Amino acid sequence: MKAWYLIPLAVFIAMLVFLGVGLGLDPHEVPSPLIDKPAPVFRLQTLEPPSRLLSSEDMRGQVWLLNVWASWCSGCREEHPVLVEFAKTRVVPIVGLDYKDQPDDARRWLANFGNPYVASVSDLDGRTGIEFGVYGVPETFVIDKAGVIRYKQIGPITPKVLHDTILPLVKKLNAA
Amino acid sequence: MLRKFVFSCLLAVMLAPAFAKEAASVAADPVAEARLMKLSSELRCLVCQNQTIADSNAELAVDLRNEIREKIQAGMSDAAIKDFMVDRYGDFVLYRPPVKSTTLVLWLGPFLLLAVGGGVLVFNLRRRRQSVAEPELSRDEQALAESLLQTDKIKETTT
Repeated sequence: MKAWYLIPLAVFIAMLVFLGVGLGLDPHEVPSPLIDKPAPVFRLQTLEPPSRLLSSEDMRGQVWLLNVWASWCSGCREEHPVLVEFAKTRVVPIVGLDYKDQPDDARRWLANFGNPYVASVSDLDGRTGIEFGVYGVPETFVIDKAGVIRYKQIGPITPKVLHDTILPLVKKLNAA
Repeated sequence: MLRKFVFSCLLAVMLAPAFAKEAASVAADPVAEARLMKLSSELRCLVCQNQTIADSNAELAVDLRNEIREKIQAGMSDAAIKDFMVDRYGDFVLYRPPVKSTTLVLWLGPFLLLAVGGGVLVFNLRRRRQSVAEPELSRDEQALAESLLQTDKIKETTT
């Protein structure tokens, strides 16, 4: 009989647990359906030199990172030093997708804060971004030798994400 | 009625600047535009998440509306356009998620809760009826009660 009075308490505790777990989740992180799918093909002008075209096909045969960034993006500013440091190790080439940005602003930005990219391409109208399902810059894709997306990082790459997730994955993919 | 009319006029005036950028294409093909509005009102804007692509003025929503408009002009069906969105952004873009193993809880959960609540309610009502039901008097008790009532009546008349 007495046990009945414990039911509301049990329900309350269950709700607390759910809410507690919910607080720890980021609702802005939507799992990408593109994982384990071929990366969309793009062919865009590079920032430097402006007349050169770079295609995603050019990266075939090697593991590479596609980092979506923009000079107007504050999260990119936060992430940038991590990328610059990481690029020095030359573990994996990073291609920049300069998303909906003015190329002049972008070039200035790279000149000021350092350039971790083997090349950056200009996605002026955001079309390529849509193809990649980009909705919040910065975003980073790990793409394998066959051109398949293996991982997507939404939001800035932190040293923790880099060492715990991206680096082990890159090593694994390089070994494959 | 009049108030409603005035309100909708005001709303139209307020919204006009938001749609100004797209005014040219609205005039060009009202049928396609109606389709665009219907489609984009069923798609979630991933930047603001609680707004549809039709409602949102986030830059991505504007881009996606343009993308959908072009696909309509290219003759793609609504289903194909939705598939295009889902392929890139996942089921999350759909305001009406499909019934799948991962969304089963979402679809059936409310009915499950309703059933549990209904069960608890029925159970409690039954129990209460049992406890509230008047206990029947035995023959002796009945006689005793009657005699007591009788003596009360006699007292009343004598005093």
